[in-house]
Amino acid sequence: MAVRVQREDFDVGAEIARLRAGNPRVGAVASFVGVVRDLNEGADVATMSLEHYPGMTEKALAAIVEQARARWDLYDVLVVHRIGELKPADQIVLVVVTSAHRGDAFAACEFVMDYLKTEAPFWKKETTPDGTRWVDARESDDAARGRWEVKP
Amino acid sequence: MKVHVLYFAALRERVGRSGESVEVPDDVRSVGELQRWLAARGEPWTAAFAETRRVRAAVDQSMAGEGAQLHEDAEVAFFPPVTGG
Repeated sequence: MAVRVQREDFDVGAEIARLRAGNPRVGAVASFVGVVRDLNEGADVATMSLEHYPGMTEKALAAIVEQARARWDLYDVLVVHRIGELKPADQIVLVVVTSAHRGDAFAACEFVMDYLKTEAPFWKKETTPDGTRWVDARESDDAARGRWEVKP
Repeated sequence: MKVHVLYFAALRERVGRSGESVEVPDDVRSVGELQRWLAARGEPWTAAFAETRRVRAAVDQSMAGEGAQLHEDAEVAFFPPVTGG
């Protein structure tokens, strides 16, 4: 299990290869990559800046991964989240989950992202032609997280 | 009681600083009471808390509701809803 918060970009292929290296029992790898869009709420986004709460961020991500591991049968989980200055088309976040079967891998990957969106202390600030603005939290993110509160 | 307060994102900009250590009166024991006490100190805190919708908090780096209890040297953070990912 690994959680990383970093300024640098990440190589999805290399991260997946490293996570499943040496474990021939892995039958499924599910991954999610979040990317900066060039349009948000009707405005062109030139750059995006990501702030976080050092210390709490790592704890919150580790707690989310622990919950996923308690709920599904997983071999490993990796979360990489970038901070600092980003621009459209840049990668922001990576979640990779390895498991024996796809059902657990898919579900755990989505669970980690839904919880990350509402629990991990990151804040986005966009620069558009009208100036800078903090991105508002979405109600749909709370709803996405709520889906997991009733166990299947 | 002394607590270490941190501000993040829009709230940090509105307050104009990233944190401060404060000595709170004896009747300030919870996160909600601390928020109201900070906001009642005048500007920039009053406007900063009033202008930030749905202020969230953490105590010692874990998400905390407004009823969460404070303790000596607690690290209490206030911030807007998170927007990572």
